[in-house]
Amino acid sequence: MTVDARPRVGLFVTCLVDLVRPQIGFAAVKLLEQAGCDVEVPAAQTCCGQPAWNAGADRDAIEIARNVIAAFDGFDHVVAPSGSCGGMIKRHYPEMFEKDPAWLPRARALSAKTHELLSFLVRVRGVTGVTADYARRVCYHDSCSSLREMGVKAEPRALLSTVNGLAIDELTDPQVCCGFGGLFSVKYPDISERMADDKIADACNTGAAALLGGDLGCLLHLKGRMARQGKTLEVRHVAEVLAGMGDGKALGEP
Amino acid sequence: MNVDPKAFVANARAALADPQLRPALGRLKTHFGAGRAFAVHRYGDFESLRAAGKAIRDYAVTHLDELLVTFEQSVNARGGTVHWARDAAEARRLILAILQDVGAKTVTKGKSMVTEEIRLNPFLEANGIEPVETDLGEYIIQLRDEPPSHIIAPAFHLSKEQVAETFFAAHKDLDPARSLQERNALVQEARAVLRRRFEAADAGITGANFLSAKEGAAIIVTNEGNGDLTRLLPKTHIVVTGIEKVVADMNDVAVLLRLLPRSATGQAISTYVSVMAGPRGPGETDGPENFHVVLVDNGRSRLIGTEAQDVLRCIRCSACINHCPIYGAIGGHAYGATYMGPIGAALNPGTMGVANAAHHANASTFCGRCAEVCPVMIPLPRIMRHWRAVEYGQGLAPKAITRGLALWAFAAKRPALYRLGASIAARVLKMLGRGGSVRVVPIRNGWFAVRDFPVPQGTTFQQQWRARK
Repeated sequence: MTVDARPRVGLFVTCLVDLVRPQIGFAAVKLLEQAGCDVEVPAAQTCCGQPAWNAGADRDAIEIARNVIAAFDGFDHVVAPSGSCGGMIKRHYPEMFEKDPAWLPRARALSAKTHELLSFLVRVRGVTGVTADYARRVCYHDSCSSLREMGVKAEPRALLSTVNGLAIDELTDPQVCCGFGGLFSVKYPDISERMADDKIADACNTGAAALLGGDLGCLLHLKGRMARQGKTLEVRHVAEVLAGMGDGKALGEP
Repeated sequence: MNVDPKAFVANARAALADPQLRPALGRLKTHFGAGRAFAVHRYGDFESLRAAGKAIRDYAVTHLDELLVTFEQSVNARGGTVHWARDAAEARRLILAILQDVGAKTVTKGKSMVTEEIRLNPFLEANGIEPVETDLGEYIIQLRDEPPSHIIAPAFHLSKEQVAETFFAAHKDLDPARSLQERNALVQEARAVLRRRFEAADAGITGANFLSAKEGAAIIVTNEGNGDLTRLLPKTHIVVTGIEKVVADMNDVAVLLRLLPRSATGQAISTYVSVMAGPRGPGETDGPENFHVVLVDNGRSRLIGTEAQDVLRCIRCSACINHCPIYGAIGGHAYGATYMGPIGAALNPGTMGVANAAHHANASTFCGRCAEVCPVMIPLPRIMRHWRAVEYGQGLAPKAITRGLALWAFAAKRPALYRLGASIAARVLKMLGRGGSVRVVPIRNGWFAVRDFPVPQGTTFQQQWRARK
């Protein structure tokens, strides 16, 4: 593994982080800077286009993807604090432009340099630990795209294990989807509810005080359901904890 | 439960509210999930086996025409007959003609999803022929007048108490005071009843897990031996199966036989593997006098050359179903179709029409677990997404979704407008927030049907980042 001197990293903020929880973006910036990267945030980014792509709105998805490709052209690496948006760019952009010889090479080039945040820190930058305190028992929810599209499983656990005071209780079914699935949770709320309730019960049964995850989508869904049920498990993005920003208000805390 | 894929949402809601279904579906994990995981672990290099299986099935799908012709020639050479059915109606007519030709009144059936697909049983009954299902699960649901809720375990949704009730109601000639509390008692009773039906059958119908072109053989796997009794005892045996089941030869079948039971039930091999090739030969003591194969297309060939072609690789093991969290929440009946879960979601829109089966393709979170466990590496989420694109492109998607997406996409393509919109939305959502959550009281559907929305921090990341610079 070669570690560049000071790579230029473009942060793909993700639309949900931008709108709901900017703190995750700042945690990502802090972690990337600590790992020796120069971080920039292109103003021209909006969303990765996944909602449109997953809904089958191909033309919209393709236009949005072209924006993203152009916005992140000059960077050494592109990093997203989300396996879902990262997976969209890495796995699905090349698929999207399969029949477009003009854009396919650019889509592939972006794909090759795009990473999920924690796997980038561990695999590309060789980060083995962090300096942070978070004295809680936590459980970690593997989001499906992180797990299956980006192959992220060991990295968040390895980094979390270096946080002072933190202990991990594994979920019984960490490989099962939480039921978010973007528009799935809007189109089929009842089925999504059952899946969320199973995941929440699994998390509560571990006895952990906090549920951490690497994808804000899953976390919004699970926290939103917990709020409706009156459950009080603390929910946070893993980057906040690793960046030493685990003291402030957790997701959905008044 | 409504046998109509368009009733998916209502069916799913009813399934979620059914207290008997929950424990049954809970068994998926222990029954099949753990079994497959152990079998895969014990096998060792399962990934290479998967790759070999995929290659075999890929070859078959891309050489379907040649292989089917070879298969027909091989069957003819052994004294059997192949019949070609373009659709369900033609398949039903062909089968009825064969049965009427030999004067059959009672037909035993080994498990066949294709005969479910073509709705054969009601058609035979309407024509004076009594079909008797002999797979235990299939027998139970036949008595209950229900369709299968699972491909390899058709009565998986039922508890043993429900099965006992069914048997007490159906087997009226047996002692009403008998005990049917134990699982084994249920199995023994079904065996005894079915034994008499096997002996009395005029013809037997089975499905096929694979067709071997070179040898002209149909292969089925069972754990109950009912396949052999169905095909060997009656004078006439009819294999009814989809055209896509053909592979080149028995060497290919041997590879797939390693893959299928491990993926399905976690078994290294099923209890019985029956190779059925032609009628009884001269000097042979067992086997039917007439051997027919009905090859059913019913929309399959339309998929060749499309983005959904890979779905034809399916070997019907149910691994995708067993590992699907959506199926695990609602069960198989909710789909209102013969093929449920991820394989149904990828197949049904192609064979039944997108307008009919759009819910199947949409009711997925794209979690990817189905593709992860598929023994022949079918990219199931990718095919579902393809059907969504077809649905969207044909203007069939729900208007609320398409309008919302169009509005959002308009902004997402214009970064300056998007940033402005996001900054306003962040503020508005924060203002609406109470106690950490946004709960939009008048909206009681979609996201807000069952969830609140965690309150945003108030200004967007982009605003804060630019302010900091």
